[in-house]
Amino acid sequence: MNLSREKILGRVRAALAPLKTRAAHPTFADNAATMRSLSTIDATALFKERLQLVNGRAFDDAASLVAWLKSEGHTHGYCDPTLWPSLESAFENSFKVETSFDRTRIDDYQFGITRSVGAIAETGSIVINDGSTSSRLGALAPWVHIAVVSKKQIYPDLVSAVMSLGEDPNVIWCTGPSKTADVEGILIQGVHGPGVQIALLDI
Amino acid sequence: MKYQQIDQYAAKISDEKRTAVYGGSKAGYDSRKKALFTHYTAPDDLRRLAGNIKQHTIENLDTYLPQVEAKLQANGAKVHWAEDSHEACQHVLEIMRARNATKIVKAKTMVSEEIGLAHYLEKEGIECLETDLGEFIVQIAHDQPSHIVKPIIHKNRREIAKLFEENGLGDYNDDPETITRRARQYLRHKYLEADVGLTGANFVSAESGRLVVVTNEGNSRFSLAATKVHIALVGIEKIVPKDRDLAILLNLLARSGTGQQLTVYTEFISGPRSATQPDGPEEMHVIFVDNGRTEVLASDCREILRCIRCGACLNVCPVYRQASGHAYRSVYPGPVGAVLSPLLAGKKFPELADLPKASSLCGACNEVCPVNIPIPDLLLRLRDRGKREHSEAAAAAAPPLGGFALGATLPIAWKSALALGGLINFVPRALLPRAVKSWIDARGLPPWRGGQFRKWMKQRKMK
Repeated sequence: MNLSREKILGRVRAALAPLKTRAAHPTFADNAATMRSLSTIDATALFKERLQLVNGRAFDDAASLVAWLKSEGHTHGYCDPTLWPSLESAFENSFKVETSFDRTRIDDYQFGITRSVGAIAETGSIVINDGSTSSRLGALAPWVHIAVVSKKQIYPDLVSAVMSLGEDPNVIWCTGPSKTADVEGILIQGVHGPGVQIALLDI
Repeated sequence: MKYQQIDQYAAKISDEKRTAVYGGSKAGYDSRKKALFTHYTAPDDLRRLAGNIKQHTIENLDTYLPQVEAKLQANGAKVHWAEDSHEACQHVLEIMRARNATKIVKAKTMVSEEIGLAHYLEKEGIECLETDLGEFIVQIAHDQPSHIVKPIIHKNRREIAKLFEENGLGDYNDDPETITRRARQYLRHKYLEADVGLTGANFVSAESGRLVVVTNEGNSRFSLAATKVHIALVGIEKIVPKDRDLAILLNLLARSGTGQQLTVYTEFISGPRSATQPDGPEEMHVIFVDNGRTEVLASDCREILRCIRCGACLNVCPVYRQASGHAYRSVYPGPVGAVLSPLLAGKKFPELADLPKASSLCGACNEVCPVNIPIPDLLLRLRDRGKREHSEAAAAAAPPLGGFALGATLPIAWKSALALGGLINFVPRALLPRAVKSWIDARGLPPWRGGQFRKWMKQRKMK
């Protein structure tokens, strides 16, 4: 197998050997690809505005989230066991919330509540990583995904989020609900992932 | 005179298909323009910057490939190398056999199309399922994708509804939302049954060994939440030097491809799941695929290796819009395909050498390219190569130039031709050569005024 490695790298070296000079790695400012006009400088307000533009929703407190879930008829869900103690009081008895995700009945869960490690104001994205997500499936399979976002962890722009990726093996930026336009270019939300993406803003 | 194959194909496609391709690609072009030009003051500067980043990368692959390999290994991934499509397919099969795996779910990867992975695995008795909605539809239709980003741009909802009905996915219903829900329901259980999840990579950072995978549907996320093994097929040109470079490239990729600021899911994957995570891969394999890329790197067309597969050049191309992706007879259609496909064909270059001629060299593909690839220049270089290699495909429909060559070398022949050319004003249409007839089918010919320039030139006094 390593023979192929040597052959490929050998061909790469041979292909590049005739080049008299090699193109330099260009330098650029951090904000080179940051959008030119962002209407507000308050990161939380901007994040909410941009999240709405990608058809996501933000809730400022658990009570209003629970009221919305109830109005939509989403009463059965999954919640990260470490978040549940602080959220439990907001949920009425009519809700059934499980703190372990059973992959043999993924269609039972209408919503999933997990932690995020931040958000990106410029793009309206929620940042989740593997180490602090209690279940990859729990954050993905239910129709509604609710990410608990700390207001202190909102990056102003994409480049600062890139620079803060850290050591986690699986960082995901979620920018609105799952979508497709494969059929005649018509936008449909909720293909494989959530049809509704919610940020629950925490202190 | 034979028409070029791409023209022959374009002449035969149905109005329905042409309308679908034209409308879909035009919409893609319009949304790209809106996103780039409202968000940035000087988007062209950004394209040049991104082009320079990628050009630097491909010219330093000898440094970056070993660097990224070491990083990936340090992150806990296994790295494999494949010289060609057969070896790449073999790697996938061996990884699966070692785990007694029989089912694989595939996110969209152009490399897997290139190496014919699905067919290879099916022959080996492995169930290989496409999960991108468009690719899934292509698979059940036994069709080929016709666009890099929108694989079923050539199909309408009625065809899709019929396919779903025939494949036991419910009664006929051509509502796009119903189609999507049915695919959602069917595929989510397939992910859970699968042993392996396969993805490509849009970028790989040499600095951190992070694979970046972008999707809108979330199918790659689902593959990596449900299965125990992750295999990534990566072309050796997909590297970027630093994580910071991703900020430029990610911003351009989504805007150029679909007019989005960012795709819905941007995944940064650097290894198997974390110790505390119950779901997802315990093993991660990265297969670096050459399959002709080192040959491209050695050629005078290496700039094409900058390509980030956004599909913008397809959307803008007047030839693509009229001919559709299938006319290009290869995995990569449109302007990028007209360059890349013949190059990747290796010894079979002459068979695809007509593709570089499928262009009016209008330059629109260069103008929209997020990594500023000079596609028209590359097309010219490949036309030259086609000629030098005496490709029959490339020679098709070339106008007969023997007469011109005679006139251009013998002044007397040139003068006679100009004098006699006036006869064309009196020749009945039916008797004209086919090349002239096909030209005037669509436009009028001005009356012949040959020789006027020479007359003027002679009378002009030298000062």
